[in-house]
Amino acid sequence: MENFELLMGGFATALTPMHITLMIVGVLLGLIVGVLPGLGAPNGVSLLIPLTFAMDPVSAIILLASMYWGALFGGSTTSILFNIPGEPSSVATTFDGYPMARSGQSTRALTLAFMSAGIGAFVGIVVITLLSSWAARFALRFGAAEYFAVYFLAFCAFIGMGSASPIKTAVSLSLGLLLSTVGMDTVTGSLRLTFGLDALLSGVSFLVVVIGLFGIGELLATVQDGLKFRGVASRIDPRDVFKTMLELPKYITTIIRSSAVGVWMGITPGGPTAASFMSYGLARQWSKPGAKFGTGRPEGIVAPETADHSAGTCAMLPMLALGVPSSATAAVMMGGLMIWGLTPGPMLFSTQPDFVWGLIASMYIANFVGVILVLLTVPFFAALLRIPFAIIGPMIVAICFVGAYTVANSTSDLWLVLIFGVVGFVFNKLEFPLAPLVLAMVLGSKAESSFHQSMIASDGSLGIFFSNYLVGTIMTIALALLIIPQTLKFIQYLKSHKSVDSAA
Amino acid sequence: MKVKALSIGMTLAAATMLAGQALAFEPTRPVEFVVASGPGGGTDNFARTIQSIITKHKLMDQSMVVLNKGGGSGAEAFLYARKNEGDPNKLYFGTNNAYLLPHVAKLAYSMEDLRPVAALAFDEFLIWVKGDSEYTTPAALIEAAKAKPNGVTFAGSQSKDTDETLVALIEQTTGTKFKYLPFNGGGEVGVQLAGGHVAANVNNPNENIGQWQAGAVKPLCVFSDKPMAKGEPVYDGKGWGDIPTCASSGVNIPSYKMPRTVWTAAGTPDEAVTYYSDVLKKVSETPEWAEYIKKTSQTGDFLAGQPLQDFITTSEKSTVGVFEAEGWLVK
Repeated sequence: MENFELLMGGFATALTPMHITLMIVGVLLGLIVGVLPGLGAPNGVSLLIPLTFAMDPVSAIILLASMYWGALFGGSTTSILFNIPGEPSSVATTFDGYPMARSGQSTRALTLAFMSAGIGAFVGIVVITLLSSWAARFALRFGAAEYFAVYFLAFCAFIGMGSASPIKTAVSLSLGLLLSTVGMDTVTGSLRLTFGLDALLSGVSFLVVVIGLFGIGELLATVQDGLKFRGVASRIDPRDVFKTMLELPKYITTIIRSSAVGVWMGITPGGPTAASFMSYGLARQWSKPGAKFGTGRPEGIVAPETADHSAGTCAMLPMLALGVPSSATAAVMMGGLMIWGLTPGPMLFSTQPDFVWGLIASMYIANFVGVILVLLTVPFFAALLRIPFAIIGPMIVAICFVGAYTVANSTSDLWLVLIFGVVGFVFNKLEFPLAPLVLAMVLGSKAESSFHQSMIASDGSLGIFFSNYLVGTIMTIALALLIIPQTLKFIQYLKSHKSVDSAA
Repeated sequence: MKVKALSIGMTLAAATMLAGQALAFEPTRPVEFVVASGPGGGTDNFARTIQSIITKHKLMDQSMVVLNKGGGSGAEAFLYARKNEGDPNKLYFGTNNAYLLPHVAKLAYSMEDLRPVAALAFDEFLIWVKGDSEYTTPAALIEAAKAKPNGVTFAGSQSKDTDETLVALIEQTTGTKFKYLPFNGGGEVGVQLAGGHVAANVNNPNENIGQWQAGAVKPLCVFSDKPMAKGEPVYDGKGWGDIPTCASSGVNIPSYKMPRTVWTAAGTPDEAVTYYSDVLKKVSETPEWAEYIKKTSQTGDFLAGQPLQDFITTSEKSTVGVFEAEGWLVK
């Protein structure tokens, strides 16, 4: 109840014309950086920081946070329309979003994405409002072994029920893990797999790889199919937006499950990208029978989007309450916080209530503003797909390269885009799944260093992963997710074998 | 004879330049602030604070762009300096990593590729333990480690960087053996300690203050020759000034500090270096800078020219000694 009063105070701070204008500006700027691949929320926010020096901290954080929400929304747009994830966390949205848009239902796909994103964010904010003090204490219980268990869970949830052949999945996963080890290793402090090339010193950027694999790879496939943009001369009807909104209650279980995953991964250090992958994997396993995932199933859009946004909002909590940002954007905002003279930490909630609750209240309003703004843009974005390929194709190439260059201002990344474009094309033709590669690149190095840290702490005993209630439970769930589907398949295989035998 | 005359002439020229600002160098393009850390890190805050002060007081006519190149513990930024030899429109922001990294990792740059401009602040190091820890003095922590070698865990940022170097120095000084667990950054290290997953850390004040305010961690001693500046009490009536020095409480390391440094690429003209060190000197005299120093509990000494060069030489020599004893040096 005390939190509720504080929240009302926060609304009083946030609901001024000046702050609402800042929110709208922030969300719109965020949409733009979100739509451009490479120029993601972290870059956008750090570009804005110098402008906030003159503002008071509440206005500054409202502007930056709104930009973050806008970027999260914008990231899904290009994933769905062009198969180019604008943000790392919207990679999983491409799996079903793009096929749905390609089959002529781009309005439906976008609306589903935005609405479930809005709901996810709302759940995240409610959790922050109600559980801020508890969640901060809970996050303290995560040591190296617990971190590893969380990443392991994300891997298992995604891989346990892979639809591609297990060997192909393993190849793709291993390639991703290999790529994630390039550069300087935190635990040993030594350089690995750089082959003396300066360009590889900071590792292979995950975003650059994704732009190549999905953006350029897809383009190559389109060109091979005969230079016409696949799909889509669909009728754009604003009423479709409302029809899709009415469709949402059907996916209520997916939404609840995905928000829970998102909240969990946002508070623990998994982050939005891991959350969206994990949630997609779980949806694939537990959804009612129907069309195959990866062919434009609505749950395949709803699940990653809901989780992405609830994780994105919840990631603010460890940043404010512990000083540990669980996403790159949160890290940049934390830098801003320090420049404005605030110290993130357990005491921020009691020493700066105006700031914290003003921010939380603004999250409610800004996400509401965000959903309305993006829904208004749906018809325009959907219409983009009607532009002939001869015009849009070169534009996509340009956007991909500009985006890849923006990631680190490095020209060698442009070569990586080309190389991974070819890799993406070949993978597609040979039916190797791309998702495990991407997942391994996102979580690989984090999982590796937390595993290494756990091993140092335990003097090399694997027992550390079952040394307490928390880590033991997460590991058990993870192993169950990995083993049970395979066992079921095996039993089924035995059964069918038996019946064949008896028939013979 | 000729050489001497020339050097006198150059000294004179430099002196005139110092006196008459009108003749001095001016950047011709927006100045790139190349930061040897990711966004949000300590070095990043250092560079962005300077950027905000220069903007506010209009100390430079050109605008500034911050560029994060934190790859390879910051080596990426200094490699970029090597590629941009002689470019006077780029400044590089780092710590002592600029001159220490090439000793522990095989990198394609050396100190020859950089010119020091100034050091503006020195970050302190402290021994921290959990708020309710059984160790109340550094001596107790050392005793515990002596009783059980490799049984007491220190967490720190990165590997073979300032934190692990300091822990190695403690080990060498006191004849103990700790377990060292590297994490990604100071904030993470602070939370690991607050959560009780490790026994101690050697964080900078700024990295642990949030947890100290809440009483989740407490400082045992500071690696400085004199106690830190007195300020507001932080927790339980105690403030930064009340922390004893480590040398006075049983860990005989008189001083261990990390300089916050600014560099240009080798081959940058002297007048450009002078120009930037003048601008930075002015930055260090503003009230906003004093506020930053106070907020982050650093020591605000300004070093440039020969004193800076001397500091770097001494610091490099003593640290390389520690590296050698630990077997970290790369040839």
